[in-house]
Amino acid sequence: MMRRTDIPFERDQSTRFLPWIVALMVFLGTLMFALAMLLASAVDAWDSTLTGRMTVQVPVQAASRDNIDTLVATIAATPGVNKVQAVSDTDARALLIPWLGEGVVDSGLPVPALIDVETTPGAKIDPVLLQARLEEKVKGVGVDDHRAWLSALIDVARTAEVLAFAILALIASAAVIAVVFTTRSGLAVHGAIIELLHQMGARDAYIAGQFQIQAMLLALRGGIAGGLAAALVLLLFALIGRGMDAAFLPELNLSPVKWGLLVLVPAVAVAIAMLTARLTVLRALARMP
Amino acid sequence: MLRFENVGMRYGVGPEVLRDVNFSLAPGSFHFLTGSSGAGKTTLLKLMYLALRPTRGLIHVFNKDISVTPRAELPMMRQKIGVVFQDFRLIDHLTTVENVALPLRVSGAHRVEIDEHVRELLSWVGLGERLDSRPSTLSGGQQQRVAIARAVINRPSLLLADEPTGNVDDRIAVRLMYLFEELNRTGTTVVIATHNNVLVEKFGHPVMHLNDGELTIQRRRAPRDSAST
Repeated sequence: MMRRTDIPFERDQSTRFLPWIVALMVFLGTLMFALAMLLASAVDAWDSTLTGRMTVQVPVQAASRDNIDTLVATIAATPGVNKVQAVSDTDARALLIPWLGEGVVDSGLPVPALIDVETTPGAKIDPVLLQARLEEKVKGVGVDDHRAWLSALIDVARTAEVLAFAILALIASAAVIAVVFTTRSGLAVHGAIIELLHQMGARDAYIAGQFQIQAMLLALRGGIAGGLAAALVLLLFALIGRGMDAAFLPELNLSPVKWGLLVLVPAVAVAIAMLTARLTVLRALARMP
Repeated sequence: MLRFENVGMRYGVGPEVLRDVNFSLAPGSFHFLTGSSGAGKTTLLKLMYLALRPTRGLIHVFNKDISVTPRAELPMMRQKIGVVFQDFRLIDHLTTVENVALPLRVSGAHRVEIDEHVRELLSWVGLGERLDSRPSTLSGGQQQRVAIARAVINRPSLLLADEPTGNVDDRIAVRLMYLFEELNRTGTTVVIATHNNVLVEKFGHPVMHLNDGELTIQRRRAPRDSAST
């Protein structure tokens, strides 16, 4: 039975730590990637929920049935409006409960009337112009297209998303450096055997292939461990998130497709380790005669 | 097969260890390489097996000028050169079979072919019972025979041996020389560096003698004397 490799990597002390390093990198990388995906989907969810919607707010003192009917008719006649619906007082109060509490809302707190407006997809209605037209009918009416606070929220989420990917890139760079140093150490430790193989006519790719296989095995061990640890943490967060009732927090559950994408992190880590080891060895061998 | 033209070699800024070396080896020739310790034998062998580049002069191996041969072609040339090192250079963690099989593995031979050839050759050099032994469990002489088997397993066109009989008794030394002659008869060009004058006299092949970095060729009663200066 012939051996898999000619080089005794198992005797190389420096390779002992590579699986641990890769495990840590994959663990952090998977969490960062999951965070980036959660933020991306949260931004999309906020955007799709609120894009194409406007809320018309009628002050308490002007919230008579006639005024609301007039406003609904005016809004419905506006080009680009798909659907208009006056929000019932009960529903309007229910919206405030998460923020003010049930006791406060039921204590006779004056609540403005709300009209929910849904625009036709692609239609652009200027909220300022709409507000001016509605104010001609009822004084003090306000139109809110939610853009003001939503765009700030999206900006923050997008920045966090970019940051998560930047950290992911830094983690990948650190993994590359770890593999380069481990491989260089291996080249130094096994220099005599490499020289012998080289003299026998081994092509650079033959020798590099052995380091590549070794890097793959070490990274695979670390990648599986790191990936499983990250999956456990994410499942834990998903369980915690399921019990939370925070309307504007991003959903902590990942779709099956996104779970599938997370598997790419250890796979990419293994590929990076293999490629880095190969290129490091090829570069070193190129200096031999 | 092999031609050196005005080859000089120095390490770093030190003195030249080889000076104006000129010779050519015809295919199928057999030479001894002699000289006192430090005369430059190992350096000359290293230049022959392409482990070093000369600091001056031209080396042609298999009719190719190595100074202009693309690096990618050198592995194929090295696969045709078998080398027996003075310190054997067996790989500790590999068995006898695996050590001898290395050149075949490197050249991409099929596993079945490797196994068959290696066992046959090891039996021939008297190591049929030590196939799965590690080098550390073998005697000096046995290790030397493994090193020789590894050098010849690929049926090289050029065989270079640095003191191949240094650690074996006279009976085994003669037997190994017969192995080299057998290889030589099948077309392999052989160069054997040795201090053993008894063997040099007994086998009578031409001698390449190095003295203080300068090479001279002494013709003898070799059956295929084809060296020329």
